[in-house]
Amino acid sequence: MIGGLFIYNHKGEVLISRVYRDDIGRNAVDAFRVNVIHARQQVRSPVTNIARTSFFHVKRSNIWLAAVTKQNVNAAMVFEFLYKMCDVMASYFGKISEENIKNNFVLIYELLDEILDFGYPQNSETGSLKTFITQQGIKGQHQTKEEQSQITSQVTGQIGWRREGIKYRRNELFLDVLESVNLLMSPQGQVLSAHVSGRVVMKSYLSGMPECKFGMNDKIIIDKAGKGGVTNEAGKSDLGGGGSTSGKQSIAIDDCTFNQCVRLSKFDSERSISFIPPDGEYELMRYRTTKDIILPFRVIPLVREVGRTKLEVKVVIKSNFKPSLLAQKIEVRIPTPLNTSGVQVICMKGKAKYKASENAIVWKIKRMAGMKESQISAEIELLPTNDKKKWARPPISMNFEVPFAPSGLKVRYLKVFESKLNYSDHDVIKWVRYIGRSGIYETRC
Amino acid sequence: MTDSKYFTTTKKGEIFELKAELNSDKKEKKKEAVKKVIASMTVGKDVSALFPDVVNCMQTDNLELKKLVYLYLMNYAKSQPDMAIMAVNTFVKDCEDPNPLIRALAVRTMGCIRVDKITEYLCEPLRKCLKDEDPYVRKTAAVCVAKLHDINAQLVEDQGFLDTLKDLISDSNPMVVANAVAALSEIAESHPNSNLLDLNPQSINKLLTALNECTEWGQIFILDCLANYTPRDDRESQSICERVTPRLSHANSAVVLSAVKVLMKFMEMLPKDLDYYGTLLKKLAPPLVTLLSAEPELQYVALRNINLIVQKRPEILKHEMKVFFVKYNDPIYVKLEKLDIMIRLASQANIAQVLAELKEYATEVDVDFVRKAVRAIGRCAIKVEQSAERCVSTLLDLIQTKVNYVVQEAIVVIKDIFRKYPNKYESVIATLCENLDSLDEPEARAAMIWIVGEYAERIDNADELLESFLEGFHDESTQVQLQLLTAIVKLFLKKPTETQELVQQVLSLATQDSDNPDLRDRGYIYWRLLSTDPVAAKEVVLAEKPLISEETDLIEPTLLEELICHIGTLASVYHKPPSAFVEGSRGVMHKRLPARTGSGEGTECPDVGNAAGGSAPEAAPSIIPSQGDLLGDLLNLDLAPPTTTGPTPSTSGMQMGGMDLLGGGLDSLVGTMGAGFGAAPTVMPASLNAPVGGGLGDLFDLGGGVGMPMGAYIPPKTVWLPAMKAKGLEISGTFARRAGVIQMELVLTNKAMSVMTDFAIQFNRNSFGLAPAGPLQVLTPLGPNQTIEVSLPLSTVGPVMKMDPLNNLQVAVKNNIDVFYFSCQYPISMLFVEDGKMERQVFLATWKDIPNDNESQFQIQDCHLNSEAASNKLQGSNIFTIAKRTVEGQDMLYMSIKLSNGIWVLAELKVQAGNPNYTISLKCRAPEVSQCVFQCYEAVLKN
Repeated sequence: MIGGLFIYNHKGEVLISRVYRDDIGRNAVDAFRVNVIHARQQVRSPVTNIARTSFFHVKRSNIWLAAVTKQNVNAAMVFEFLYKMCDVMASYFGKISEENIKNNFVLIYELLDEILDFGYPQNSETGSLKTFITQQGIKGQHQTKEEQSQITSQVTGQIGWRREGIKYRRNELFLDVLESVNLLMSPQGQVLSAHVSGRVVMKSYLSGMPECKFGMNDKIIIDKAGKGGVTNEAGKSDLGGGGSTSGKQSIAIDDCTFNQCVRLSKFDSERSISFIPPDGEYELMRYRTTKDIILPFRVIPLVREVGRTKLEVKVVIKSNFKPSLLAQKIEVRIPTPLNTSGVQVICMKGKAKYKASENAIVWKIKRMAGMKESQISAEIELLPTNDKKKWARPPISMNFEVPFAPSGLKVRYLKVFESKLNYSDHDVIKWVRYIGRSGIYETRC
Repeated sequence: MTDSKYFTTTKKGEIFELKAELNSDKKEKKKEAVKKVIASMTVGKDVSALFPDVVNCMQTDNLELKKLVYLYLMNYAKSQPDMAIMAVNTFVKDCEDPNPLIRALAVRTMGCIRVDKITEYLCEPLRKCLKDEDPYVRKTAAVCVAKLHDINAQLVEDQGFLDTLKDLISDSNPMVVANAVAALSEIAESHPNSNLLDLNPQSINKLLTALNECTEWGQIFILDCLANYTPRDDRESQSICERVTPRLSHANSAVVLSAVKVLMKFMEMLPKDLDYYGTLLKKLAPPLVTLLSAEPELQYVALRNINLIVQKRPEILKHEMKVFFVKYNDPIYVKLEKLDIMIRLASQANIAQVLAELKEYATEVDVDFVRKAVRAIGRCAIKVEQSAERCVSTLLDLIQTKVNYVVQEAIVVIKDIFRKYPNKYESVIATLCENLDSLDEPEARAAMIWIVGEYAERIDNADELLESFLEGFHDESTQVQLQLLTAIVKLFLKKPTETQELVQQVLSLATQDSDNPDLRDRGYIYWRLLSTDPVAAKEVVLAEKPLISEETDLIEPTLLEELICHIGTLASVYHKPPSAFVEGSRGVMHKRLPARTGSGEGTECPDVGNAAGGSAPEAAPSIIPSQGDLLGDLLNLDLAPPTTTGPTPSTSGMQMGGMDLLGGGLDSLVGTMGAGFGAAPTVMPASLNAPVGGGLGDLFDLGGGVGMPMGAYIPPKTVWLPAMKAKGLEISGTFARRAGVIQMELVLTNKAMSVMTDFAIQFNRNSFGLAPAGPLQVLTPLGPNQTIEVSLPLSTVGPVMKMDPLNNLQVAVKNNIDVFYFSCQYPISMLFVEDGKMERQVFLATWKDIPNDNESQFQIQDCHLNSEAASNKLQGSNIFTIAKRTVEGQDMLYMSIKLSNGIWVLAELKVQAGNPNYTISLKCRAPEVSQCVFQCYEAVLKN
């Protein structure tokens, strides 16, 4: 198991050092600094073995977090734990920076004592941690016995992510379907790979211990329901997110993972997503699709080398969605060779600039409706070089945001049941929003 | 509220001030002071002097202050065991506190205080806490048993804590169950034979139930524990798999990987014709692909594991090639791993896509990545026959880019393509030859030379090309030298008329001017082959080569099986069994996959019952020797580096060869060459004669011991065997290294009355395999009071046994009177070989790579050389200075030494002007040689 956990600043000074196991000595702290942080060559693996001691590290801005062990630990767990640790710290004091860590070092030690015992990760849900560890010191000395046992039963309980007795005057929930669409396209317009990785993020402000059921246009369920004959569930409680209530066909989800509140065995047997939600904001599920993806933009590049000192670049982008929808924050990044001496750009829409420090022409368009196209052309002057190595021609990348889900996912319903309190599904105010963003959206040129 | 101010105090009287503050009456001030103490502790300052004062703050009802004090205690209790006792009362009291959080805190902290005296007091509170009414306390106490076991295993057994812990597996609270499982698994690891976990269908059922209810971390503990179970039959196996598969949808990658481990393992038992088997295979792919959208560090762990899974069950991911395509901004470690998997998944169905991708990668920036991509193209050609043509043309395109490392890498892989598809692509040889000059890496040079030699008959100027390499023969690496030797011999057999001179030249370079035993041996073998039977030579040298296999770098099957049992863990990341990187008894037992049962498909592993729970101790596999084994290391090192050994004949063979060449060998060489090549022009014998004769004369010189001194240190002769002990024969002597040959220089004096004859010498097995390379040359009888000086060349290919001291040599000398035994110690410097100069980069990397534990430091006193002179002097003994750095008037010399058995010793010598005392640090993978090496330094520098 994890033998120790260290946090360093960018210079390699120790900010936090907590040792859990006897086999990890103080010299381990220095070994990591010398061999990884100060290493002459950038370390090429997130796992480093130095003198039979293994170091796992992740970096957040310029802070290094390192977990140390001498045993054959579960490596995936160590990294998951380090990420979790970052999340917990961020939810307590915001950005993970040297200043924030120094300002909260007592708190961090307390957290480390609680969430890692003898190197074994323990409950690390911020929701329950915050009930007894706070930045204002520890709660606990003035609690009643009932409160204390409530805390402990929550920390260890089956529903460790939600405390009892939550009350809201207005029961509300917000559902965000956030997708990032990834594309790699050949210069000829052939899709080399495309996938959508999506997340359903939920903000719930619900009283009591509500039981929720979430439904979407998952192909497997729809097909099942279709075979079964009658189901009017879909029509009744359709939340109409995308604006199209007309029987939008189902989508094939390649794989999905769920927040730990979701009953996985139930999903496995019935493919229904039921859970008692944590309070506040959390990620309900992640999913991935690869079939029938709506690619919001198509990039058509044309690069011509005119002699040895000049390049002509023409890029056309076409928006490929309903004309009534608007894409936002569009940015096209056209890489230029390292020996570029000057660039002239003409674009029909938006603003384009050559950024020498980034070796790229950056073309920004604020808004663009569907089924439109726009074009940029540039002349790139090159300095003559005798560098034998050819320019690698990095791909043209794109950023954008569209108000629909490129995977075609639709939320069909989200039902809330709370038997003990007197509010029903109809009393809950529900909001759904779809946002599609570009992930790695690249076209080779 | 900001705490950063606590980090800033660095004043001198700090400790004193803190002491005063700690003893303050005001609570706030006390708390502030403890925070300062903790801050100092964090940055590595020693604040142990404050121990009593901090412990005094422990009795407080302020929980925050209490936690800080506990933190301090955990750090320093070990250094102040007597004082730590003071804390015991508070702990015991806290374990009875009405607040469960405080009870848990006390028992958690107590377990971290590794002081024997305290552990005794821990038992009673721990027993209570294990049965506490509050689950939070119980789950903390469960882990505490593991802590206590780590400190005092006997105590835990005597007190019956293990039974209590086992009971907790049936606890009503899932988190208590999870922690109990974790604690028991850890304890069981150090008791491989105890059936501690006692996994049976009932307990497995409990675990599977808890699996649905506990935290993500708890699920990992339980799944990892489940993976140690071996189901009784395929039905049980299937039912467990069915209950584990839902975990594949968990958001936590570690839960997913641990579930994959359980499924991969239990799948072994399912009959392949079962429907469920196919369903399971299908279910495994999507979660594995999803892992690739995690953060890069986790992607890396996932990819290393997928690499194993793809080798074990290629069918799972065969349709998922695209997800392994490299993204432009993937970190380099992710890119390299993806590339590895792409090659493994390449098949006829997807080869076009793969090739297009690889071609893109070959134009990227990162050199390692580009090289690997080029190599991958070659692998594709070999793996998928239909694609070979396209691959070759892609490689040719890449060669046209003239980017140095791309060209070299391409040539290396083209060599393999030639071997796989003989007589198909040789037309490209011309293009390859154009790039001869740009090759500067040994592997590429060797590959090119191989190509020239193999296809000598198709290359008009093959002799010129090879001759151009021959000029710098001694500067080439061994790999290139060997290849060049073979290539020229091939050329000679193919075009005997024009290339006699060339072949003589290379044979003499290899056999006479080289001290590399491999090269010499191969040279002699060719020489004798050519001289005795050229037809046979042709059959041997130009024999048809076996086809090369399609897959490379496959992990050896038993290791692969073991690694599959370790999916998700460090072992699967390193691709090494845990015993290779874990110290002590923990985790060294070997896990195995269960055997298939049910449909009678023949058992793959014989001891199913034994493997239950993975608890049966098994013999260590012989593939990867544990590095910690010192003796093993010495023995292995002798076998490991390909430069020193390989197909070397036995010692006696060497002697024979040497002797034979002196006599009949020469004649037979000249004679049969003429006879064998009846058709060849008769010029040959004459032209062969001159250089060969000369060369052999030289060789004789070396054997005779009139070699040139090279400035190497030779210790003065000492008496090894006094006349009294050896019936009048006195032997004194020393060791020397001359022109790369180790020599034992003996002075034999006959102090007896009678004549001595029939001398012979033999060595016992020794640390570095020293053995006489020829008989003892005492040709004339040794008369009374006569003295003779003999020089005996030594080889290092004899049998090896570790001696103590390391440089001890036991010798037996025989004459007509009796056999006498003595032992002597040789300076290890004579084992320092001439090519011991390491590249700077390699030196740096090696220095870092060798664990610090292997470093030893010595002082050399009273040495009045400056660094320049020292360096020169050391160079004479093959101690090579690689770099010099001057820091604050101190010269730091970095040196490398290579021993004849391939062990590298790295040294850092500090020389300060005006200070006669040098400091030397030695680093070596076999640290036991350090002492001997240091002695050599001292001897060399002082003489």
